[in-house]
Amino acid sequence: MSSADLTNERDLPPGRETSATGDIAPERDGPRDTGMDDASLHRWLARTWRTPPGIIGALSSVDHKVIARRYLITAFLFLCLGGLNAVAMRVQLSGPQRGLIGPDLYNQLFTMHGVTMMFLFAVPIVQATGIYLVPLMVGTRNIAFPRLNAFGYWVYVSGGLFAWVSFALSMGPDVGWFAYVPLSGPEFGPGKRADVWAQMITYTEVSSLAVAVATIVTVLKQRAPGMSLDKIPLYVWALLVTSFVVVFAMPAVMITSTFLILDRLVGTHIFNPAEGGDALLFQHLFWFFGHPEVYIIFLPATGMVSSIIPAFARRPAFGHLGLVLSLIAVGFLSFGLWVHHMFATGLPKLGASFFTASSMLIAIPNGVQIFCWLATLWEGRPVIRTPLLFVFGFFFTFVIGGLTGVMLASVPLDLQVHDTYFVVAHFHYVLIGGSVFPLLGAAYFWFPKITGRMMSERLGRWHFWLAMIGFNAAFFPMHIVGLWGMPRRVYTYPAELGWGNINLFISAGAVLFFVSFVLFAFNLVHGALRGTPAGDNPWDAGTLEWATSSPPPSYNFARIPVVTNVEPLWAEREALPVAAGLRVDARELIVSTVAEAHPDVREKSATPSIWPLLAAIAVGATFLYSIFTPWAIIWGAAPIAVTLVGWFWPKGDPEDEE
Amino acid sequence: MNQRPVLDISDLPTFGHGPRSPTWWGTLGFMALEGTGFALAAGAYLYLATLWPNWRLSAPVPNHWPGTIVTLLLVVSLVPNHILNGYAKRCAMGPVRIGMVVMSLLGLAPLVVRWFEFPALNIYWDTNAYGSMIWVLLGLHTTHLITDVGDTIVLTVLMFTHHGYSGRRFGDVGDNVFYWDFVVLTWIPIYLLIYWLPRLG
Amino acid sequence: MKRLASIAFATAIVLFLQGCAGWQSALDPKGPAASELAWLIWFFAGLCAVVWVLVMAALAVPLMMRSRQHAEPLALDAGADSRKLRVVMIAVGLTAVILVGLTLLSFFANRTLAAIGSDAALTIRVTGHQWWWEVRYEDATPSRILTTANEIHIPAGEPVRLLLTSTDVIHSFWVPSLSGKLDLIPGRMNVLDIKADKPGVYRGQCAEFCGAQHANMGTFIIAEPRAKFDAWWNDQLQPAAAPTGDEAKAGENLFLKRPCVMCHKIGGTPAGGTVAPDLTHVASRQTLAAGTLTMSRGNLAAWIADPQGVKPGAHMPVVDLSGDELNDIVAYLEGLK
Repeated sequence: MSSADLTNERDLPPGRETSATGDIAPERDGPRDTGMDDASLHRWLARTWRTPPGIIGALSSVDHKVIARRYLITAFLFLCLGGLNAVAMRVQLSGPQRGLIGPDLYNQLFTMHGVTMMFLFAVPIVQATGIYLVPLMVGTRNIAFPRLNAFGYWVYVSGGLFAWVSFALSMGPDVGWFAYVPLSGPEFGPGKRADVWAQMITYTEVSSLAVAVATIVTVLKQRAPGMSLDKIPLYVWALLVTSFVVVFAMPAVMITSTFLILDRLVGTHIFNPAEGGDALLFQHLFWFFGHPEVYIIFLPATGMVSSIIPAFARRPAFGHLGLVLSLIAVGFLSFGLWVHHMFATGLPKLGASFFTASSMLIAIPNGVQIFCWLATLWEGRPVIRTPLLFVFGFFFTFVIGGLTGVMLASVPLDLQVHDTYFVVAHFHYVLIGGSVFPLLGAAYFWFPKITGRMMSERLGRWHFWLAMIGFNAAFFPMHIVGLWGMPRRVYTYPAELGWGNINLFISAGAVLFFVSFVLFAFNLVHGALRGTPAGDNPWDAGTLEWATSSPPPSYNFARIPVVTNVEPLWAEREALPVAAGLRVDARELIVSTVAEAHPDVREKSATPSIWPLLAAIAVGATFLYSIFTPWAIIWGAAPIAVTLVGWFWPKGDPEDEE
Repeated sequence: MNQRPVLDISDLPTFGHGPRSPTWWGTLGFMALEGTGFALAAGAYLYLATLWPNWRLSAPVPNHWPGTIVTLLLVVSLVPNHILNGYAKRCAMGPVRIGMVVMSLLGLAPLVVRWFEFPALNIYWDTNAYGSMIWVLLGLHTTHLITDVGDTIVLTVLMFTHHGYSGRRFGDVGDNVFYWDFVVLTWIPIYLLIYWLPRLG
Repeated sequence: MKRLASIAFATAIVLFLQGCAGWQSALDPKGPAASELAWLIWFFAGLCAVVWVLVMAALAVPLMMRSRQHAEPLALDAGADSRKLRVVMIAVGLTAVILVGLTLLSFFANRTLAAIGSDAALTIRVTGHQWWWEVRYEDATPSRILTTANEIHIPAGEPVRLLLTSTDVIHSFWVPSLSGKLDLIPGRMNVLDIKADKPGVYRGQCAEFCGAQHANMGTFIIAEPRAKFDAWWNDQLQPAAAPTGDEAKAGENLFLKRPCVMCHKIGGTPAGGTVAPDLTHVASRQTLAAGTLTMSRGNLAAWIADPQGVKPGAHMPVVDLSGDELNDIVAYLEGLK
């Protein structure tokens, strides 16, 4: 597409002129970037887009990169905590009848492990990666709704602290990450532990939903001129589909946890079969969220794979359209599988068979993705660097997880392996193989962009092999011990069942796997402090995030790029085409049309504000208090309302007024 | 990286109404997720209703009149709501101020009647699962109503200040109109589920 | 590094072979359902292994290529890409065929499983409790209805119908060497048909997380020849054996005076509690506390003296007994064969 097409107004909605008339104050125009020299442009933009100094300034930041960095670091810390949970459990299980950890603590440990890994690590880290990369990849200056995005982070971090402080006070949830009723209900779940689970879930998912909406709008409305639907990078597609899945799946878990807290707190009977409720309703609602949740974690990882492979195979992804359609198909199909978590509940056989078929079906779009990646790699002998090694690790492990998933989809077969260590093995192969390995690859791949420095390649290779060996040693034997009859979530097992040796082996593998993360942490710190400077585009990759400096300036791009290819930097080797005409004294960015990405509006992006933090505190305090009394909702309403009004009330900046 | 300017966007407007504005899409996103929540709550209600052959579980039939009045008020409010939308698009301050006051009042009116809906259910939330579900459905929509009315009132006040003379604010009025439609739309199925489904059994 | 991986793999294989002969293993089937399922597991696993090896081979292709990639990433070879497209299409087609095949296979396996118990003559109601199993043998004659706990005697070679429910939380009944698992859900009743080909003892345990002592909620299916099974049923219908000896007699008195009677039943005595296992023939069982301890005098004493030490969180309270009293009660219970 030539740049002349972009100024053509044929696809713009009518009524463009009328909006500029009426009772509105005239625009107080400011300096524009047109014709401005680079040094002045930088000075203007840096002053306009900076995060204010000082602690209050830092807490007010709405820069998507600052927020994303906080998310990434927080999520990594939660990963370490969840990993320590796992190591503690493996020590207890390393031999039969070990008395190191009693059932009370053990049940909290595996619940916290699941809750932390799912809600505080996996979902936030894939969303955080998106918060960092999506605005850069679509060529805009900030995420849509930057204050909502900041609010999301504060909610997330306070929700995580809430769960972990409860755990430290021995009030941690102990009913498993899916907290089935009646075990978590008012009659069999005494104390506040299940309430902590319910309110923490509802609360932290607010953050996930906020990020999802911000991501969707960023992708739909803030793409650089010319980035029509067919030129959106695959990673951005993956995040877009994931965000839609979040929007339709997360409400289910919030409804589930809200129903649970109502049953527990005010005596409703929604899940009580003695009074017309039903225990299985909980499972239907939970897994309507719970299965898509797996894809919420997995789809962004496929986007990472789709970014890393083209960079090292030195060609655009093979079957771009097929990959996009597969993403969308997986997004839809993920809502049709939830019952395969419930085969053992004794549902009618015919209905269960339908879910076997639908669970098998989702393997097809996933297969398409795998085959397209392999075909991309067949371009020639790739340069093997650490990011690509982790992609190989992803293939090695995720395909195993996918195939055992096919086994679980079979109703009769599932009845033998459901709720055993076979399933534990399966979902760790899917989640670690399918998501964590790509994430680690992505860390090596995008670390230079985020910090401006490279991570050590030598340590990276050590890290990779340690992680691969540790992971497979820990999780492959779990398939076997599951088939030997070992159920999951047991804090001990009798010696005469013969599971002792294999469990010792598993525990050793788990420790090795944990050590690989220690090495990774060292490599991160070492790279950030001592790594060799990276330059703008160390891998010579083709997407827009590599067009700006490393790390990117607060305003991302001095001028907004104009996109002519799905890999714009490969197509425009000499000079990147850019747009001019934005104000530099206010946070202006380009809002474009949904399909064609024609520039449509010069919209202002929100300025830094402390109110999102205050609003998160008000909402968080209300949730915390609501564990003890339903009246918390009444008392909390006033502070929440005040902080929200403070958030949205205009302060007189040009960003507010025009 | 070297750059070459190819596109001049200096003439673009600084705000857009409806789907041209990111806020409209954000509002749509929140409607989608709230709508999913409502649909799942309604689905849970229907699930339990089909599970138990004697649904309503021998509770008395609810008195539908307060609910019906709320429904009528909400449906009637759609007319001034859309007239307001037309003025917002034209950025006409006088009529928009009147319209916002009218919509604030038309938001408060169903809330007042809503107060009488809860006793008219003729059952408490802790009596049985039927009672729980209809209280939950009514409670969900009431929360929805309260937050939107609160939002409308704050925006009304804002439109009476000098901050109102801005394209963005008129855009906000448009989004408020859009959201109110959604509040009314979600109520219709809930109304039928709460008051008319139990009459079938 | 690669050698390390292969050593690890070899070790895993050795461990695998070593532990294969489990009495709670899905891979060691002792009944028609488990045999069908074991076959299904091996078939699926074998096919999956083949698919995995093929994908890994496809991944190894670029690593063995001689040519490096060209410098200009956008200069694509249209001919090569259309060849790749053909390969990808064939692979997707094969995937679809395999998946349809596996779906049909699991559908027919399901039908085979459903046919196993169609002519079951014996019906046993199994009720899950935190953390033990209540077992009730149904019979048209009320006096022949039998209630026991944790150990389920069945006639070998005959299909038996289990009715599964729960009075507290959700449990799951799973005896891997005989059948797949099925949940026990309060307010619902599930039906599981099982059959053991030969006499033997088959261990199972609760498979759905059910709280503090989920790990210690074992059960045993004891399959016996029909005659032996009938004799067992008749024996179990008898009231408890009268205590013999001073210790046992004192023990019975103590049992009836202490809180034990609030929860436990002993047929033929005033003890009629129903919230805990029926103890009428407790000493005839092989284990205590749902498979936690083997049945012996010492273990009985240990369990009664310190239930929270043996099974932390269990609903059995500590009853304050002197050493002699404990001795008497154990002597009494030990006689309840």
